[in-house]
Formats: sequence, structure tokens, C-alpha cells
Amino acid sequence: MTRKILLATAAAMALLAGPALAQKVVRIGMTAADIPRTLGQPDQGFEGNRFTGLTMYDGLTLWDLSSADKPSVVIPGLATEWSVAADDKTKWTFKLRAGVKFHDGSAFDADAVVWNVQKVLDQAAAHFDASQVGVTASRMPTLRGARKIDALTVELTTSQPDSFLPINLTNLFIASPAQWNKLLAAVPAAVGDPKERAKQAWEAFARDASGTGPWKMARFVPRERLEVVKNPDYWNKDRVPKVDRMVMLPMPEANARTAALLSGQVDWIEAPAPDAVPQLKARGMTVHANAQPHVWPWQFSRVEGSPWNDVRVRKAANLCVNRGEMKQLLNGLMVEAKGTVPPGHPWWGNPSFDIKYDPEQARKLMAEAGFSRQKPLTVKTQTSASGSGQMQPLPMNEFMQQNLAECFFKVELDVIEWNTLFTNWRKGAKDESARGSHAINVTYAAMDPFFAMIRFLDSKMAPPVSNNWGFINEPDYDRMVQEARTTFDAAARDAALARLHARSVNDAAFLWVAHDVGPRAMSPRIKGHVQPKSWFVDFSPMTID
Amino acid sequence: MLLYILRRLLYVLPVALAVSLVCFLLVHIAPGDPLISVLPPDASQQLQEEMRKVYGFDRPLPVQFGIWIGRAVQGDLGSSIATGRTVASEVGRAVGNTFILAVAATLLGFVLGALFGFVAGYFRDSWIDKAATTLAIAGVSLPHYWLGMVLVIVFSVWLGVLPAVGAGPGGSTDWAWDWAHIRHLILPAVTMSVIPMGIVTRTIRALVGDILSQEFVDALRAKGLTDGGVFLHVVKNAAPTALAVMGVQLGYLLGGSILIETVFSWPGTGFLLNAAIFQRDLPLLQGTILVLALFFVGLNLAVDVVQTALDPRIKRG
Repeated sequence: MTRKILLATAAAMALLAGPALAQKVVRIGMTAADIPRTLGQPDQGFEGNRFTGLTMYDGLTLWDLSSADKPSVVIPGLATEWSVAADDKTKWTFKLRAGVKFHDGSAFDADAVVWNVQKVLDQAAAHFDASQVGVTASRMPTLRGARKIDALTVELTTSQPDSFLPINLTNLFIASPAQWNKLLAAVPAAVGDPKERAKQAWEAFARDASGTGPWKMARFVPRERLEVVKNPDYWNKDRVPKVDRMVMLPMPEANARTAALLSGQVDWIEAPAPDAVPQLKARGMTVHANAQPHVWPWQFSRVEGSPWNDVRVRKAANLCVNRGEMKQLLNGLMVEAKGTVPPGHPWWGNPSFDIKYDPEQARKLMAEAGFSRQKPLTVKTQTSASGSGQMQPLPMNEFMQQNLAECFFKVELDVIEWNTLFTNWRKGAKDESARGSHAINVTYAAMDPFFAMIRFLDSKMAPPVSNNWGFINEPDYDRMVQEARTTFDAAARDAALARLHARSVNDAAFLWVAHDVGPRAMSPRIKGHVQPKSWFVDFSPMTID
Repeated sequence: MLLYILRRLLYVLPVALAVSLVCFLLVHIAPGDPLISVLPPDASQQLQEEMRKVYGFDRPLPVQFGIWIGRAVQGDLGSSIATGRTVASEVGRAVGNTFILAVAATLLGFVLGALFGFVAGYFRDSWIDKAATTLAIAGVSLPHYWLGMVLVIVFSVWLGVLPAVGAGPGGSTDWAWDWAHIRHLILPAVTMSVIPMGIVTRTIRALVGDILSQEFVDALRAKGLTDGGVFLHVVKNAAPTALAVMGVQLGYLLGGSILIETVFSWPGTGFLLNAAIFQRDLPLLQGTILVLALFFVGLNLAVDVVQTALDPRIKRG
């Protein structure tokens, strides 16, 4: 009898413990030194958007991350359709998805969209948060306001006709106004200053976030871990996560991440060091990589007296870099660049200048430009020893230095600290911070047209306005930029951007070298991961054995 | 004694002011944009100017310093630009984590250092002395981040007996003195202890050698004291200096180690400083450095007081 009772008790306990034991948990080692901000607009660049933006929140528009083969394009998110007014191209109408709920149970509607636009654009709004402005407003520079038309329709206004707005809106994450108001009400009454109350409410929101995304915040320890659990009620049933819990751990040191994966402390690491890849593979880990919308370039100075003002010299440099060998140097973790975007991309545009390794042709062009082995051209490039997206800047630049020496270039490298280089990028080639450099090596994301091309090629984007570091001033580019910006049919807009891209490649506007492949290594227990051609990842389809 | 402590406390004030001024200037002189974490370089010029105004970076440096120090003396170190969280809460949490690591490393370093030092000093020029001295030299010479990586490879990757990173299975907020947490502490504490171990070994070895050559030791032996009895006298005479050295070492360790804490993802002050430096988070950087510097000043004061109490030869005047 006693034995039967014991067995029955054991069986009951096993049944009760079953769901807990069966919980599927994936632990991820991030490269960030801190958990990116969780209040809706993440910091730490696109790694922030990847982990604390797209997981817990949605935008009106989203990136399609479902394929490893096709370019990632913009798709409907919390908005189902959008259009620009026929008579006023600065006014957009967005139709919103019905039946969507925030994690706190409140409804998503037009008021929520207006509230989220106000949080970064309306300084008079009670919930305006300066700390979210920089990372948001800079990514949607023309957005000026939002107005509710009805419960599921909003009108967005831009400062000028801008066909890029739907792409830019992937960066505006919709947080729950109801949750924020609840947390505001919980701020002690002793705090009287409305700004201080709002600040404290946002701090509380960061610890108890609420969006509409496929993952819900479960546990947050600043600088140590963020745990999110699956949102079974997510509006897109195809994207309901297949694992129960995801734990994100900041591990800025590449060797520490590798050791954590190899010792079984985590199941997935971002950006393993290239040197560690053979060891990881030998230990049975899976390494995923795919071309990202990322560019590793030399951005030329085009100010008076710059040697890069001669198109023959620019083309020669592009033809003199042996990208295939560089790829070997990086253990295969790069894609050889043929422009800002790769062939097959909607903005590719079939340029006639084929960027490849052809040192003979390069030397011929240099000879035509008046240079030889005896009379080399001295060029100076400013770069960093490390930095986000910079891949392996020193070995890569030194490799190029050797390559270019074969084509009559004498390359001098000016290596400075990453954040300083990043700041100098904005100051331009004429500024003393350039220290006489003829090129700057700062990598960039090429997700949307503004970041990929416009800020570098439009003469109006010269410093201090934006990142046209080299002061490119080409009326053709300006005209093509304007044309793309004011073409509102998506296919026609992409065609206009393709013409701009082809023109810039034919002109060898940059020395294009590589695209990063966003390597990540994971335990063989993880299945179903899709590595899209994007900076972002959809964590929903993965499972763990 | 009380007057001595009060006088020493008064000395701390100008030191603290000087420290705060130096750390404020150092972080502002360093190149880079303090708004880099919240303002990408592609932000419009107008937006940049607006944000500089919001964060007060448009004001002259002396005004910025005045505002900062005025708030700091009231205990308000401001908020982190990158996270929006208060600097006091960030530093408080990190100091707690570093304290656990530093105390563990200090205990380990001091116990081993004292053991090796006394043994080496007592058996001077023997093979024991040579072995202990070799260990001490290795301790102060090995780059500790390298040692940390080697320990991780051996004990985490190859043997799989100790975790490679982190401050516990659920993070530092759940810290408990149980095996699940202590096993996270072992590798960083061992790595961190090798330098104090080496320094203490060398210091005590030299002290013991010096004390043993003094006449009072011969007198003790002549009076018939056993080796154990003599040893106790040697320990008592070596203690004030050893304590001072250990105090300084504890101060260094409490300051956190950027390298060790980053290698082991240990969420202490070194890890915090690393993040603050790379994000150009000036309020966090200033606040953390100030707190650590004051900590160091306070610790030196405590060591001086204890040393004075232990050794009446040290003047209080």
C-alpha cells in the first residue's frame, strides 16, 4: 500500500514538474557590454534593435527576415497598408492592424501610434523622452508628426516629400501608452516635477516593458541579463516563438563568448572571433553567416588637392584589392564587395564598372594617371584598431596596404580610437581631425537608402549636416537623390535608387572592400535558425533539443 | 587617537576635491562625443545642438563642473546617458559585486602570500625559498587577463568543471554563498589573487629575513624561546608592514579590474567602467571614478589608523 502511495505521489509530482522540465530555454551571448535599452527605442545600434527592439516590440513596418536567400525587404507590421496623399506628398495615411494587444493587455490603436511619435518629437508631451530622441529622430529625419484619423487610421506628416518614410519607420518601436501611464501613476506623489515624474516612469517602463512583439519581458538585471518569454497571443501566428524563454547575456569579450559556448554556458554567441571558427566547428558547433547590408569601405576625400579626385586612381584602387585572399585571411567571414549593395539587390542597377581583382588593369590606369613604381602615389587613410562593424580593421588595412603597393600606391595608415574616428567622420575631410587623411575607413549599415547612399552622395549632406565626409559634390547624384526621394511607387523608387547606385559604382565613388556576414555560432542543439541577409534575426522559428 | 582620526578626515576633503576635479577634467579632455550612445553621428546638426542643450553639454566646462560637484556632495551623481538609470544605483550594484570578488581574491592572495612569504623568509636560500620566490615572481609577472583566459580554457572548456563567465546562474542579484554561486567566483578570484599573492610573498619574505637578522631575535633564542615562540615574535613585527601592503592591494582590487571583469563578464566596477568608456558615458564614468577614488582614500585612511593602533612607534602627531 505504502509503495503504491509513493508511486502515485511520484507520478503526480512528475506530471506537475513536467511543464517546467520541458521548458525550452535558449541562452545567447551578445557582443554588447550592457543590455540594450528596453524601453522601446534601443541604443547600441542595430544589435540593440535586434535584441530588445524587434523581440518585444513591433514597428508599423517590419523587415522580412524569413529567408536566407532573398534580400530582406520592408513588409507590413502594425500597419497593414499605407499611401501618400495625391495632392500633398508630405502626408501619409497608415491603416493599422486590428485586434493587436500590448503585453499588458491594452489595445493597440491610432492613439498608441500618435503617442509613440510624440514620445520623440513633441517636447510639450508629458511623456516626451529626450534619451530616445537621438536614436529615433536621426533614423527618420523627415518625420514631423502624427494625427489620429480614426481608431485604426493615422496620418503621418513629413517635412518634405520622402518616399523612404515606410522604410525609416522600421526604427520606430511602438510601446504601450497604458503601461507607461500605469507606471507614471505609481511614481511617488512626493516627486512633483512633471519631467522628473516622466523620467522615473520611463525608468520603470524599462524594467517592466510592454510592447506588441513576439517576446515578453520576464526578467531584467541591468548589465547582466534580460530574459524574455514567448508571447503565445502574438498577432502573427506564424511568428509565435517555438522556444519558451530566451536569455540574453552581455559578453563583450570575444574569447569569453567562445569559451561560454564551448563550456555549454550559452547556446548561441554573436560574432565569434574569426580565429575561433575552426575550433568551434571542430567541437560540433554550427556557424551561421550571410551577407549583411553592411559596407566596409574607404570613403574618399574629394576636397581640392585630394589624389582621389582622379577617377582613374579611384578605379585602380578598386581593382587592386585581392578580396578573395582577404576572405581567406578572415576565415571566410566576409563577402567580397562589388558596390554598396550586392548583385541581385533591388538597388544594384547593373553598373558597367566591374569591381574585381585585376592588378594589371589597375597598374595601367595608374600609369595613365602619371604614377609608377618609381613615382608612387602617397595616400593616407584614417582608421581604427577596433569598433562596431569594423570587422578586423588593422589586418584588413595592412593587407590592402600590401595589395595597393603593387599598384603604385604608398598607403599610410592613421590609426585612432574607434569612438574618436566615429566622431571625426561627422567633421569631414577638411577638418583638422582628419589630420590630412585622403580617406576614412568607417563601416556602415546599408539597410535603407538614406544610410546606404544618400548621406554620402548628396552634396547637401556634407559636414556638418551629415556623413558626406569627403565633400562629394556631383550634380548628377543630387538630381538622382531627389528623384528617388520623390518617387512614391516602391518599385519605381527602387529603380531610381538602382540608377544612383550604378552611377556611383561606375564612378568608383568609394573603395568598396567587403560586406560583413554577421557570424554567429551556436550549439548543434539549436535547430531551425534562419540567417537572413540582414542585421536582424527572427528568433521565433528556432527550436532547441 | 580621536584627534588623529579627525585630522586625517580633514585631510581627505582637499584630496576628494582634487580627485573630483581631475576625474572630471580627464573624462572631458578625452576625445569623442559624450552623446555617442544616444546620438548617432548621422543625426542632423539641429538635433545634435538640441540634445547637447538637453544634457547640458552646451555650457562652459567650469559651469558643468560646478553643477556636477554641487549635486555630488548631496549624493546625486546624476544619471547614465546611455541607460537613463541613476549613476548611484549603477555604481552601488557594481561595487557590491566587485567587493565579493576583491575580498575573495584578497583573502586568497593574503593567505597564500603570507604562507609563502614566511616560509621563504624562514628557510632563506633553501629550495623552499626558491620555489616560493619563483611563484611570487610568476604572480607579479604574468599578465592576469592571459592567466584568466588560460584558466577558462583548462577548467571550463577542457575539463568543464567551472563556469567561464557570469556572477551566478541567475545573475548577481541572486548572489548566495552556495556552491552554485561560489563556483562562478573561483576562476576570477584566483586570477585576481596572483598579483597580491606575489607582492605579499616578496614583502613578507624580505621582512622576515630582515627581522631574523636583528639582535632581539638572538636575545629571544638566548633566553631559550622555542622556534615557534620566535616565529610568533617575527609575525608580530612583520604584521604592520604586511597589513599596509595588503590594504593597498585590497584598495587596488576594490577598484575592480577592467580586464579580469571583462574576461569573466563579472558585473563589477571594472566591467562598468569598460562599458562607460566605450559608450563615452561621462556621468557614469565620472561617478564611478569618483566613488572608487574616494573608496581608495577611505581605505588608506583606515589602514593608517589600524597601523597606528598596532604599532606605537608610528607617530600620531
